[in-house]
Formats: sequence, structure tokens, C-alpha cells
Amino acid sequence: MRVIAQQMVRPAQYVALAGYIIFLGFPLLWLLSASVKSSGELNSLVVNLLPQEWHWENYSEALARQGLVRSSANSAIVALASTALVILVALPASYVLARLKGAIRAAGVGWILVSQVFPVILVILPLFLILRTIGLTDSLVGLTLVHTTYTLPFALWMLQGYVAAIPVELEEAGSMDGGSRLVVLRRIVFPLLAPGVVATAMFSFVSSWNEFFFALVLLQSPENYTLPITLSTFIGGEGKVALGPLAAGSVLAAIPSIVFFSIMQKKLTGGLMAGAVKG
Amino acid sequence: MTVLASPRPPSTPRSGRRRGPTGMDRARRREAAALVMPSLLPILVLSVAPLLMGVLLAFTDAELVRRPDYQFVGVDNFVRLAGNSFFWDSFRIGMVWAVSVTLLQLVAALGLALLLNSGLRLQGLTRVLALIPWAMPPVVVAIMWKMIYSPNAGPLNAFLGSVGLPDDINWLADFSTALPAVIVVGVWVGMPQTTVTLLAGLQQIPQELHEAAAMDGAGAWRRFWAVTLPSLRPIVTSITSLNFIWNFNSFSLVYVLTEGGPGGRTMLPMLFTYLEAFKNRNIGYAAAMGVVLVVVVVLLLALYLRSQFRDDRAEKTKKEG
Repeated sequence: MRVIAQQMVRPAQYVALAGYIIFLGFPLLWLLSASVKSSGELNSLVVNLLPQEWHWENYSEALARQGLVRSSANSAIVALASTALVILVALPASYVLARLKGAIRAAGVGWILVSQVFPVILVILPLFLILRTIGLTDSLVGLTLVHTTYTLPFALWMLQGYVAAIPVELEEAGSMDGGSRLVVLRRIVFPLLAPGVVATAMFSFVSSWNEFFFALVLLQSPENYTLPITLSTFIGGEGKVALGPLAAGSVLAAIPSIVFFSIMQKKLTGGLMAGAVKG
Repeated sequence: MTVLASPRPPSTPRSGRRRGPTGMDRARRREAAALVMPSLLPILVLSVAPLLMGVLLAFTDAELVRRPDYQFVGVDNFVRLAGNSFFWDSFRIGMVWAVSVTLLQLVAALGLALLLNSGLRLQGLTRVLALIPWAMPPVVVAIMWKMIYSPNAGPLNAFLGSVGLPDDINWLADFSTALPAVIVVGVWVGMPQTTVTLLAGLQQIPQELHEAAAMDGAGAWRRFWAVTLPSLRPIVTSITSLNFIWNFNSFSLVYVLTEGGPGGRTMLPMLFTYLEAFKNRNIGYAAAMGVVLVVVVVLLLALYLRSQFRDDRAEKTKKEG
């Protein structure tokens, strides 16, 4: 009895694994397949995963849409600017967070944890009023500031982890040789942090690139829309867009994040989040 | 080598700086403040201040108009809210959504993490697939699943039809299927974090524990309940708490999938509050909703964590006793 049960375990495991692979992967395959199907085929009742003919024109059609190119550019501007800002302000602060102990550190770490569960819906109302007072609603500058602020906590958390991994002895050696704190930071700490900075920058870029809620509330005129907002208007009541180009646009919108995650795959599975969760 | 020989305080941080404020310390503190300030400023102005203002707004009759002119109305908003059955309907839907997505996520992710931890082939592929939902923009996820659920040309109905089941279900527009359908998408999106976290936890369980249990004659099933699950307990507690809050606060996915429809069947509280604020333009009232949501979630979480800690302690005393 026991032996039979054990022989059954492996196949059962593979069946379960196949189930997961289908559940996780099929929607992606379907999106890819829709992005190369002609609209005739997409609307027909014959449903196949592989297109009858490859209709690459969806991609050029998607790119030809004025809104899509413009909003991709907007998304890229906001994502790049907020990434630069995040790194600029988070780098020194993460150093302090990692090296100094006491009240600042406790408050900083506490805030990072709280920010993970932040009730954005409560924050957005006054935030909207504040930004309107200084004329930054419906503006990419305002959106950049907001994205920067809300990416900062996690970016600080990532970066301080990388700082903590640099032995203090290295810095002490630097200051023994007569370097001031800033020189030590610039000459010794920051160069060693390069991989951490790259990872954090990619994270900030993707967070901003994917972000929907703040953009939805803050941006009003279509020429300021970011990519997620434009894509969402395509499927809403406003415009019935052909499914093929919509799928193609969606694939294009997902590329930056997927590139990032394939690069970061090892790190992420290595338990970046696990560390963050355990505090 | 001179460095190591030189006299300096031990670098273990806790004993390092506990000698009263010398001039050196004060300079260092000022330096630290200067380094932290650029991060602190935007956080204070664009996130702490708005949060506090949001709480204050809840006690006003503020409206979203060009020249806001509003006054404190005490707890009026909250009184009005208590009798607003639409809000509480939406609240109930939010709880159903958050609890079911969180639980299903946990079960599905635990299953996947166990599979990934048991040395099967196809691991690399599965790992990548398990991470992709995390990376996708929520809007793209919603568009993708809308295609899957499409009543006429969607693969789901086509599949059901091919095995002889009804193939004309309008998943996202039918009163009875809309909420379950968006819950499935919620699970799909949220699985990666949970899987990765649980997998990291599984890999930390010492192999000896399993071996010892196997020696005692425990089968795989018993080992899971007696060794794996108890060791994962702290991680499960923290990831479910976080997932619950994330899910309760979620907005974009369902907004794009259904906009709260059909007939409000998927009207999550965040959507409801958003519409009250930016379509009906009652931001004071909406802020009151936000406050109620935050307070309830914090209370629920406190209860959950307390019960977890109590169980923990009970377990410990049982073991010691």
C-alpha cells in the first residue's frame, strides 16, 4: 500500500505543477496570441491559441495611435525623472538608515513598514487639494513628485540592505587614511553600492511605469495621460478599440517590467521580500 | 593592518555610541540629519501631512470645487455614513474580496512553493511564470483577463463548450459570476509575492527536522502538519496580514475589469470612495469613508495578530509543560 502511494506522489506532483503552469502562463500566451491575430479572427467564434495567419500589423497599428506613443513618452519621462529623484534622495538617507542606530533608524524603519500598508484612498484627497493649490494636478511634474514620494520607502529599504552589507571596517579604514565622511562616502561606499543602486533604480522605474491610481486621479487632459491610463480608456466606454492593437499595446506596456523581473529573478527568489516581511 | 591595531570602540553597533552627547556626536547627528532631510521632506509634505489632513477632512463638509469653502461639521459625516446602506454593501463586498483572495492566495502559493521545493523538473520555467504576474502593470493584467473572460470569443467559454458545459456565460457582467471572476484575477496577481516569501521560508527549515520526523515514522502528510506548517507559521502570519491589507486597498485591477459593476456587485470600498470623491465631488464625506475603512482594517488586523500571538504562546507553554 505504502509503496504504491509513494509511486503515485511524483506523477501527482507533476499534474499539480502542470495545473499551476497553465493557470499562470495561459493568460500571457493568450495575450501574445491576440496581439498577432487579425480582428476578423478575434471576433470569430473559432477560438484557437495559434493564429490562423500572423497579423503583425497590430503592433504598427498600436504604435500609430497618437495617444499611445505620446502616453508612452509621458510614462517614460515620469518614470525616469522619479527614478533619478528617488536614487538621489534615497542614497544618502539609506546610508544613515543602515549605519546609525537609535531613534532615527527606528522611526525610518517603522515608517517604511507602515507605508507598505498605506491607505492611499485617504491620502489622495488632501494630496489632490495640495497639488491643486500649487498648480501641479494634471501635470507630469506633480505626478513625478508623487511617484517619487511613494516609491521612496521601499527604495530606502532596498538600498539600506545593500549598505548594511558593506563592512564598516572598510569605511573606518578610509577615514583613518584622513578622508572626511563625505569623501569616504563618495570614494568607498557609493561605488560599492552600484549593484544595489541599479536594482533600486529598476524597481523605481517599474513601479512608476506600472502605476495607475495616482495617474488616474491627478491627470485630466489626454495629452498628459500615462500609458496605463491611455490603455484603460481604450477598453472603457470612451472608445471601442480593435482588440488586436489593444493586445499589442498591452504587450509593449508590459515589456519594461518583464525585462526588469527577468534580470532580478534570482534576487527576488533569493528572498528580498522575505527579508522585507520579516523586518 | 594599522587599522586593526589602532584602538577603537568595538564595531558592534549597540555598544558603540552610548556615551552621552560629545561634540563629535553632535556633529555626526547634524550630518545624519542633513543626509536624511532630502528623503524626509517629500515624505512629510506629500505623505504624512496629507494623511493627517485626510483625517481632518473627514470632519468637514468639503466639496471638490474650485474655491473650496468648507466648515467643520463634527461627526455628521460618520452619522450619515452609518445609515448609508450602499457603503456598507460595498464594505461587505470588500471583505468578501479581501478575505477570499488572501486565503486562496495562501493555499495556492503554499502548494506552488511546496512543489518548487521538492526538486521537480521545469522549476526554472515555473519560477519565471510565478514572477511575471508581479511584474505586469495592473492595467495590462485587467485587459488580459477581460479577453480570457470574453463571452463570445474568449478561450474560457470555448474550453467549457468543448467539454460540454454551458459556453455562454458573461463572466464579468453576470451578477453571480462577476465577484468570483475578479477574485480569481486577484489570486493570479497576488500569488508571486506569497509564493516567493513562502519558498524562502521553506528553504530555511532545517532538513534534520524532516529527517527526524521521518525516522519516527511520520509520512509526508504528517510531516507537513507537524514540521513544515509550524515552522512556516510566523511567515504565514506576516504575509497573510500584508496580503489582506494590500487586497483590501486594491483598486486598479477591479476598476479596469468591471468599474464596480455589474450593479455594484464588485464595488470594492476603494472604488466606492473614489467615486464619492471624484465623481460626486464630496471629499469630506469620502474622507470619512476612508477613515472608517482604515480604522476597521487596523482593528481586524490587531485582532488577527493577537490571536496568532496567543496561539503561539499557548503552543510554547504546552511544549514546555
